[in-house]
Amino acid sequence: MKREFIAAIDQGTTSTRCILFDHAGRLVSVAQREHRQIFPRPGWVEHDPVEIWRNVERVVPRAVAQARAEPDQIAALGIANQRETVVLWERRSGRPVGNAITWQDTRTANLVDQLAADGGVDRFRERCGLPLMTYFSGPTLKWMLRQDPILREQAERGELLFGTMETWLIWNLTGGPDGGLHLTDVTNASRTMLMDLSTLQWDEELLDAFGVPAAMLPHIRSNVEVYGAATTVLPGTSIAAALGDQQAALFGQTCFSPGEAKCTYGTGAFLLLNTGPDPVRSSHGLLSTVGYQVGDGAPTYALEGSIAVTGSLVQWLRDRLGLIDSAPEIETLARTVEDNGGCYIVPAFSGLFAPHWRSEARGLIIGLTSYITKGHLARAILEATAWQTREVVDAMNADSGLALTGLKVDGGMTSDHLLMQTIADVLDVPVERPLVSETVSLGAAYAAGLAVGFWPELKGLRHHWHRAARWLPEMSAPRRAKEYDNWQRAVARTYDWIRNEDEDGPGA
Amino acid sequence: MPGTVQSIERAAAVLRLLAESTRPLGVVEIAHALSLPKGTAHGIIRTLHTVGFVDQDDRSGRYQLGSQLVRLGGHQLDRNELRSCAMNWADTLASRTGESVRIGVLDQPSQVTIVHHVFRPDDSVQVMEIGRVLPAHACALGKAILAHTPGNGGWLKGSTLEGLTARTVTDGRALLGQLSTVRERGWASDVEELDSREASIAAPIRDHGGVVVGAVAITGSTKALCDTGRNPRPRLAARVVDTARAITGELATRRE
Repeated sequence: MKREFIAAIDQGTTSTRCILFDHAGRLVSVAQREHRQIFPRPGWVEHDPVEIWRNVERVVPRAVAQARAEPDQIAALGIANQRETVVLWERRSGRPVGNAITWQDTRTANLVDQLAADGGVDRFRERCGLPLMTYFSGPTLKWMLRQDPILREQAERGELLFGTMETWLIWNLTGGPDGGLHLTDVTNASRTMLMDLSTLQWDEELLDAFGVPAAMLPHIRSNVEVYGAATTVLPGTSIAAALGDQQAALFGQTCFSPGEAKCTYGTGAFLLLNTGPDPVRSSHGLLSTVGYQVGDGAPTYALEGSIAVTGSLVQWLRDRLGLIDSAPEIETLARTVEDNGGCYIVPAFSGLFAPHWRSEARGLIIGLTSYITKGHLARAILEATAWQTREVVDAMNADSGLALTGLKVDGGMTSDHLLMQTIADVLDVPVERPLVSETVSLGAAYAAGLAVGFWPELKGLRHHWHRAARWLPEMSAPRRAKEYDNWQRAVARTYDWIRNEDEDGPGA
Repeated sequence: MPGTVQSIERAAAVLRLLAESTRPLGVVEIAHALSLPKGTAHGIIRTLHTVGFVDQDDRSGRYQLGSQLVRLGGHQLDRNELRSCAMNWADTLASRTGESVRIGVLDQPSQVTIVHHVFRPDDSVQVMEIGRVLPAHACALGKAILAHTPGNGGWLKGSTLEGLTARTVTDGRALLGQLSTVRERGWASDVEELDSREASIAAPIRDHGGVVVGAVAITGSTKALCDTGRNPRPRLAARVVDTARAITGELATRRE
């Protein structure tokens, strides 16, 4: 039978989806299932790996059926996944040891402080490209092994396996305890703090620093190659790609040349810039990471700017202040006024992320006068996302020596027309949205399709990218400069709010 | 306090009766239920129909509460929420047909405002049209909505409409005839009525209560959208109708 489709699994933070794409890179069918968010204590966020695996078993056949396809019409399977989340399981039984600890979990805060006490948060940055922070896998893994000496012994004997989500899924797809493949890819491995960013191998010194036995680690592979054939779910189908979700979006947006960047706007926002064949070490608060690697080819690196609060600020307006009924209504409210009326909101809810990294900062609303209405607050909220993007772009330009000439955007917030216009205005470059907004799944599909020859070459994939919308800068240069100055002054006023002796802040 | 107005009391009773009924009601039933002479009941119902508070079912001739009335009391659909719900489906429509997609809402009785625009996927230079206002009588979007907007019979019947091209329908009565066809087949079109080189096919989008709140359309060259006889291609019309239905479904789940 003709192989007409590529299946992509997007194992995300809140749900697992399977999407089928056709030869033209068009979306054919979607099936989705959410999983539980488990909060055992404040700051702890876990997922049940067995539940997630069962969801994969359910959504893939559903997506195939929805496309009225037969399993043997699927040319290959690609995986994109939530990054940094850690799963441990027993090699022999296939049973996970407890829940997966997710990237949002902050239980390692003290551990990270201890590690940073000896050499600062940047002590491993040269080697792995990342600062010491709770959301990378290395600290989490150290915490887990320290909790239980038996686990450490099992790990040293190779009886206990470590993996991020793609590793867990590939192992299960290829037989689990019965011959399952234990492997990861360069993008997911680049978020563990355990891999040397230049050699793309596990690094002994880093393993030592985090107390990780090498016997428990998966093999590191490229993003685009046939890892093996599935023995279940889609038996016989080649598993041909795995990427972290943000890198998958970079790939799906076909940002294949140095200087090309994409920003995915969701709860937070992630801006990734292709920096070419050499890792760029950031001196402006960005993360250095692997963008993608095709087979035996040289890797492509990326700089990443992570913005913690974007869509979640709109949710705050909706759920905490109750000023709107649904997130899209923020645009309606913002359009009741012409401008921000002099009001600025800096959403440093849990400190400031890229490029400031100030954990003691807290959010503020400044410029309040009796003139300010809820419409001005709505404007200020949308502008906060735009200015945070601008700060990350400025840091990227400074680090890479490349000047961004346009920004490709995706994610749920791209439906906000006013926000997209504002981003074009403050960046002073065109902002473009692609026709397929499911860029994470599309990236995994592209990678898998390339590996099996469904698509012949990387460059050709660009022809599938079509512009669905484009916003051009309209703001005058003096106004942009003045507004940016106001924003930066507002940001500076969020610093030094939480004091050491008073960790919960005034009024707590 | 001055005395109450009897006809308003009666009108209110008719509305209450329709609101409580699980199915549309005929004039005789209404007259009987309220102990009114049939002529009186008919006069009240026709007046309520004219102002859009009562809708008449085309086939059975029976009456139910009108969409205008639902709008008066209910939460009006936010146009930015409509865009958010429609985005994936509009993208798919553009990708499947190769044409640009627009979603419009009726702002005034005679004007459609574009609330969403997906470029024609050929990467040519195109300008974002969100916020643009179109004359409702001359575009498929407008016709798809007008066909399901009660109370427009009044102002359309006697009026002469502005001609934008040689093919714009300027006779109100002729347009009403078209709208009846739109209701029957479920989609509307304009062929070189707004722009002399372009055609457009649109279908209505409904909210969770079934009220038409907007329409989705593809727009392209007459050659691409129509056969040699200038008739819109049924295959494309079916895709537009499917998309409108999918967006309607999305609106329903969003409001749950």
